[in-house]
Amino acid sequence: MRNAPQHYFSETVKELKPSGIRKFFDLAASIEDVISLGVGEPDFVTPWSIREAAILSLEEGFTSYTANPGLLELRQEITKYLKNRFDVQYSPIDQVIVTVGASLALDIAFRAILNPGDEVLIVEPAFVSYSPLVAMAGGNPVPIATTADNGFKLTPEHIENAVTPKTKAILICSPNNPTGTCLNKKEMAEIAHAIEKHDLILVSDEVYAELTYDEDYTSFAAIDGMYERTILINGFSKGFAMTGWRLGFLAAPKAFVEQMVKIFQYTTMCAPHMLQHGAIEALRNTSDEVENMRKSYRRRRNYVVQALNSIGLDCHTPGGAFYVFPSIKKTGLTSEQFAEELLLKEKVAVVPGTAFGESGEGYVRCSYATSMEQLQEAIKRMTRFMESLEIRDIQKEKLYSNQ
Amino acid sequence: MKLTNEELEVLSILEENHRVSVETMAAMVNTTVENTMEIIKKLESDKIIVSYPALIDWSKVEGKENIVAMIEVKVTPKRGVGFDEVAERIYRFPEVTSLYLMSGAYDLSLTIEGKSMTEIATFVSEKLSTIENVISTTTHFMLKKYKHDGVVFGGSKDTDRRMVVSP
Repeated sequence: MRNAPQHYFSETVKELKPSGIRKFFDLAASIEDVISLGVGEPDFVTPWSIREAAILSLEEGFTSYTANPGLLELRQEITKYLKNRFDVQYSPIDQVIVTVGASLALDIAFRAILNPGDEVLIVEPAFVSYSPLVAMAGGNPVPIATTADNGFKLTPEHIENAVTPKTKAILICSPNNPTGTCLNKKEMAEIAHAIEKHDLILVSDEVYAELTYDEDYTSFAAIDGMYERTILINGFSKGFAMTGWRLGFLAAPKAFVEQMVKIFQYTTMCAPHMLQHGAIEALRNTSDEVENMRKSYRRRRNYVVQALNSIGLDCHTPGGAFYVFPSIKKTGLTSEQFAEELLLKEKVAVVPGTAFGESGEGYVRCSYATSMEQLQEAIKRMTRFMESLEIRDIQKEKLYSNQ
Repeated sequence: MKLTNEELEVLSILEENHRVSVETMAAMVNTTVENTMEIIKKLESDKIIVSYPALIDWSKVEGKENIVAMIEVKVTPKRGVGFDEVAERIYRFPEVTSLYLMSGAYDLSLTIEGKSMTEIATFVSEKLSTIENVISTTTHFMLKKYKHDGVVFGGSKDTDRRMVVSP
């Protein structure tokens, strides 16, 4: 069949690059018996009581629309959760929207605040959809590269160096996907000064907030001066093992929500009714299960960090999420070469760091959201792979001489 | 007894899989191998770790299928020692795999395993019912084991439904 002519399509969409993860997924999916460290989702199934609440909701016939921003009962639970867990106060009436996944929350946030040409600072390495979401909303994504020297942490200097008169907002994800880096309260306060100084809007992706291992989590909205300029994004996917439910939420000052809810009502109407009942159960009654999952990830993180370091893949200890981001620079391979050769030779899937931006070159993302048995087997195979590699000094020098 | 965080971590790991090597366990807890070994030794001597049983579904092994019965027992408690003395007499029988003191319609609940109905009937009529202070027994035969000690028996195979690589 003849291809559709290019002029049929939007220039913005034509310029979007396919996700680096998707590209690698196609290769990994074509190989059998792969041990996957490539997944960005919990290996736990959603706790039973949450599933049961959704089933009951269907049985009772809750199949209609809900209010645009979601069931009031769920919004009330969300505001209670944000208050009790992170000490930030929002009104369930006009400061919360329940969205179809945190990704949609990010989408409507950018669409609500960006004018054509506005710049959004994105802390890299970053989740694959951030830049495209900004671009689709008419903005210009401006990457801020963080480095392994200070554990991939954002600093006020990074902002100072990147900000221009066109900078409208900054997007921060802590704990970060793919590095697992988690900012502490002091670091956040310093960053907050820079954000205030340049009058930026902060889009704070806190979807991994439940999965922090060494320090209590602080929400950016709880930092002095940040509440009124922060769009807090969170969701049920990661902490509650509910990725396939596509349920997220955002909380923000009323004026922001007023604008965002308009976009939401014209595009999505509301999140699925029966799933919102599941989310109510998640917030009310599953804290023990969430805690058990968190503890399990922490143990696996400790094991993986130690194991990777011991086989020569230098790896900082991330404070949250379920990813480690080890350096593969010693091997002299590019991230893509490393991931591809590891997959083909040893059938272990990891994601090339470049899928998360140029600053990800020299690293790969390994998810430890998989069983200990699988992790141990993956480390065994990676050890074999590392031993088989001839370190290509010349190539290495060429690749990393400028970094 | 109040345990440290490290001790609690070791218990959780062992409860999940007691065959994890000490080296792996030490890495998971973020401590040394020596410290992990000391923790395990202490937990064993404090009888917090009671044993390391393998949970085996004997019903799948030809020639090894056991008959399991749960028996409710009413007893007359004895002055000074309450139910403990009669409980001790019952749990000493090797056929008895578990024994609990219960509230409600009966006093003791025990599980026994035997090779045949006859073996169980013999145990109940000749050993259990004849114990002084045992007033009555009600025997229930177990027909199928679905879940035991938190482990699902013969359920659907756990498959990872996630994509090999995903965001």
